[in-house]
Amino acid sequence: MSVKPDEGIIICRDVHKWFGDFHVLRGISLTVQKGEVVVICGPSGSGKSTFIRTINRLEEHQRGQIIVDGVELTNDLRNIETIRRDVGMVFQQFNLFPHLTVRQNITLAPVWVLKMKRAEADAVAMQLLERVGIPEQADKFPGQLSGGQQQRVVIARALAMNPQIMLFDEPTSALDPEMIKEVLDVMKELAHSGMTMIVVTHEMGFAREVADRIIFFDFGQLIEENTPEEFFHNPQHERTKLFLSQILT
Amino acid sequence: MMRSYEPASNAQLPPPTERIPVVRWLRQNLFSSWFNAILTLASAALIVTLVYGLGRWAIVEARWEVIPANLKLLVVGTYPIDQLWRVWATLYAIGLLSGFSGGLHGGLIRRIALVGAIAAIVLAILPFPLATRGWLLGAAASVGGGFGLGRLAQFATGGRSRRWIKRIEIAVWILSFPIGLVLLNGVGGPLPVIKARNQWGFLLNLLGAVVGIGLSLPLGVLLALGRRSKLPAIRLVCTAYIELIRGVPLISLLFMASIMLQLLLPDNIRPDLVIRAMITITIFSSAYMAENVRGGLQAIPKGQYEAAYAVGLNGALTTILIILPQALRAVIPAIVGQFIALFKDTTLFGFIAILELLNISRSVLSNLEWRGTIFELYVFIGVVFWILCYSMSAISRRIEKRLGVGER
Repeated sequence: MSVKPDEGIIICRDVHKWFGDFHVLRGISLTVQKGEVVVICGPSGSGKSTFIRTINRLEEHQRGQIIVDGVELTNDLRNIETIRRDVGMVFQQFNLFPHLTVRQNITLAPVWVLKMKRAEADAVAMQLLERVGIPEQADKFPGQLSGGQQQRVVIARALAMNPQIMLFDEPTSALDPEMIKEVLDVMKELAHSGMTMIVVTHEMGFAREVADRIIFFDFGQLIEENTPEEFFHNPQHERTKLFLSQILT
Repeated sequence: MMRSYEPASNAQLPPPTERIPVVRWLRQNLFSSWFNAILTLASAALIVTLVYGLGRWAIVEARWEVIPANLKLLVVGTYPIDQLWRVWATLYAIGLLSGFSGGLHGGLIRRIALVGAIAAIVLAILPFPLATRGWLLGAAASVGGGFGLGRLAQFATGGRSRRWIKRIEIAVWILSFPIGLVLLNGVGGPLPVIKARNQWGFLLNLLGAVVGIGLSLPLGVLLALGRRSKLPAIRLVCTAYIELIRGVPLISLLFMASIMLQLLLPDNIRPDLVIRAMITITIFSSAYMAENVRGGLQAIPKGQYEAAYAVGLNGALTTILIILPQALRAVIPAIVGQFIALFKDTTLFGFIAILELLNISRSVLSNLEWRGTIFELYVFIGVVFWILCYSMSAISRRIEKRLGVGER
């Protein structure tokens, strides 16, 4: 593979995907630089979630090329596992492991995948829980936490693998309004620390404040890409204007 | 216009209660009309007659002495008396181990060990031969000794470095099964092989249940995973196995194992009848177990797999660490139900010339002295099975409760 990492930490070239006959992704090309925060928005069903799930191979792309941190995603299981170790993911429905405590949720992958010593993993877990602001919940089970707390544990769980990239798939869509802020605050802190992030979200305030770039998806295509400033004040595409007018009123 | 509301009072009100006097309850529920009154009286008469008849039989007529007189035959069949210490030794080893685990961990295992010890002491009070009562007290003592050792181990190691003790403990538990079987069966030399292995009475029911449960659970898990495999060959083999075995009554499988193998395989490579029966019940039970486990696997949301993959776990680790623990706990009631069914199904061994508890009780009846004690024997057998099955179910309920911590 002759891909220089400085070309971009994530490189997608003409990515296509079908669900049966349905053409979900219709040729997405996107390059993300290290440290960049990219927000993806667009109407539901436009393929934005599917797209970020192809980046750690939770969905398989059927045409085109995806290169993450210099490694191309193919059917080779070793490549997939390498990339998944480097890419953290936060889900809309949290997906914490309900049979494990918060601490065990966080230390599981470092211990079993990175072969970290348990004591060291515990220390890392406590550090991360401090960072997301809920160290006192370490020995509770996910079911005993509020939605916002659960989502912060998910972020800590992903960070425990020391990833290069974090993917967020509508991280606040399943939360009560009062809890959205606590999750967004953690994400903002993460963005300012220099993490490469791709965020699918409808939180336009977050996008305006944190994103380096905003991408607008419709019908499986990337139809507009701009800085937040330009995106909000000077949208180019009719579809984007319509979307913004609906979401911002 | 704006309004603001103040809560009238912060005090909580008690929930409304309704207390009905006894007489009114009776009138409402049992004597609300003439017809209901007649039904109530008729039912009461029927119940009184039945209870009186049963009580009279149990207290006045029943010859319960048939049980202690034949206890050895019922429980261990023709196991030689001078070798009986091996059965007790196995029991003591289990008692010691349970006691040790109970002392080390406390909680549920401690409770089980305690109940076992109490049961041994209660049995020792009953009018069995003196030697038996002595052995029973010894069994209780072995639990106590194990408990002391467990507490000592916990105390001595104190804080963190207790993992190696737990590893040894688990290894000894696993090893205790083959060692127990070898001890009971014998290998020659100082431990002569016991003859007539098919005449061990209730011991055979217990061994059949232990072997069947111990093997059919892991086998069932593998079959369930195989049936959901992405590889068509594995999926096909597992599905065929499950559907084939589930479609055939256990009794016909047992007949096949006993008669057909007799015809098909020459003597020197044909395993012993009891072993064939145990293999058969394991094969049978594992097919049901597989479907129970598969039910649990299907209840796990897709997000759990995705989350596990996303943090870098591979397929095998995802299954072992994330999926199976959740799937198995979701189907504990079904799995324990299958354990109980398997235990009771060991009485079917009687149909293929194995003298397990039910079958050996008939040889008691053929003894002139005990003719006509069929009710006493069957009540006894029923009570024995009920106590053990109910214990399994009670233990499973406690396990469910404990594992349910923090679950939504």
